[in-house]
Amino acid sequence: MFTHFGRYILLLKAVFKRPEKWKIYWTNIFNEMVYIGVDSLYLIGIISVFVGAVMTLQIAFQLQSDLIPRTIIGSVNRDSTILELSPTISALVLAGKIGSSIASEIGTMRVTEQIDALEIMGINAPGYLILPKIVAGITMIPLLVTISIGLAIMGGYIGGTFSGAISGADYYRGITEGFVPYTIAVALVKAFFFGFIITSVSSYQGFYVKGSALDVGRASTKTVVTSCIAILAADYVITGLML
Amino acid sequence: MIEIKDIHKSFDDNYVLKGISGVFQDGMNNLIIGGSGSGKTTLLKCMVGLHTPDQGSVIYDGRDFTKMNTEERIEIRKEIGMLFQNSALFDSMTVEQNIMFPLDMFTTQSRAEKLERVNFCLERVNLAGKNKLFPAELSGGMKKRVGIARAISMQPKYLFVDEPNSGLDPRTAILIDELINEITDEYNITTVVVTHDMNSVMGIGEHILFLYEGLKEWEGSNKEIAHTDNQQLNDFVFASKFTQAAKDKL
Repeated sequence: MFTHFGRYILLLKAVFKRPEKWKIYWTNIFNEMVYIGVDSLYLIGIISVFVGAVMTLQIAFQLQSDLIPRTIIGSVNRDSTILELSPTISALVLAGKIGSSIASEIGTMRVTEQIDALEIMGINAPGYLILPKIVAGITMIPLLVTISIGLAIMGGYIGGTFSGAISGADYYRGITEGFVPYTIAVALVKAFFFGFIITSVSSYQGFYVKGSALDVGRASTKTVVTSCIAILAADYVITGLML
Repeated sequence: MIEIKDIHKSFDDNYVLKGISGVFQDGMNNLIIGGSGSGKTTLLKCMVGLHTPDQGSVIYDGRDFTKMNTEERIEIRKEIGMLFQNSALFDSMTVEQNIMFPLDMFTTQSRAEKLERVNFCLERVNLAGKNKLFPAELSGGMKKRVGIARAISMQPKYLFVDEPNSGLDPRTAILIDELINEITDEYNITTVVVTHDMNSVMGIGEHILFLYEGLKEWEGSNKEIAHTDNQQLNDFVFASKFTQAAKDKL
């Protein structure tokens, strides 16, 4: 484990070396932003709406008491979504979608000697391949989480009013009352670190693949497992530090 | 000229190279031959810096590559072209983008100048007009030729070729050999080819290094190889009844 961590740190050191040509890196960064951000929007959108709707129903079920105002359902849903559900569920889903794809892409480049070809040309392969992915990850995943928060809260409204668990007016009052903007900052910090973890861990797994296509598949699976564990551990640490 | 001195390389307990020395002259096809596992690809990778030798040095025209830091190595690498066994073309790029890539990264040429160079290289490998194809749309022989075009795009002083004929039919293999030979002569490049293809050995082997179990077993030219009495080399080169019969007729 320590060997892996050491190699991961050394790889990151190589990633953040000065690029050979910024112009080409910028093009790659924008391409990665489209892949990581725009192409994931649909999946994150669908998941967020349903998670928000289900959360509303569950909170309504658990808070059935005459002593508790119905507006609480909206408040609880809002805070759970902002602080935990949107950042963490989005990150876990993206670890599967983007993480495995990055590991496969870089791993395939490794076993087909494309990375060797880059190095022979005198190009810093970790920087050229991984830096654009990390930059895209730490910028687009916070953006996706922000959208996810909005859609999950909207999903809660649709799910709650459609099932009759809460009225639209109560839900609206719930989500607007007692809102603490700091919770958004917590969500964005989490999203930033999750973006870094997903892109860097998957790049590491792909970059050091040895062997054949079979090993690329294994690296892809390992990426998802490692990223998920790292995301949950980071989630705990950030929550502990910021709340 | 490239000089290698006493190259040693091992992977854990596997001692692959046991002290290999040699000189590879300019404008000459230098072949490294040997059976599977003899260490030829490892030697090639040590020469270009993809592996770090445990001991020994690789000297490019008086510049010791093994003692250089990363930045100094980058300068030497700009003078190196390499054709990989599986061509190693970038899948996500077209033929044109593959060949233009090193020019994009290391030159300040205008797009028109770069395109002119790409078209020249493509013409040189008889693939004019194939600019917009992706590697997946190319045959094995075409991929090798695009690999050569990419390797010569920066006008290298040193060309390294790993198993240029693997997976090719005999006719295409000969075409690739001829192309490597022509380019070496034309641009006075120091070319190092790793192969176990006997047609290459007899066809373009101006200077041959035969490796056996991690050691340099024999050194000479294709003209000398037929008359050698080195048992290991004879067993390797004239392994089939056909080549043995051809040798007997010489």
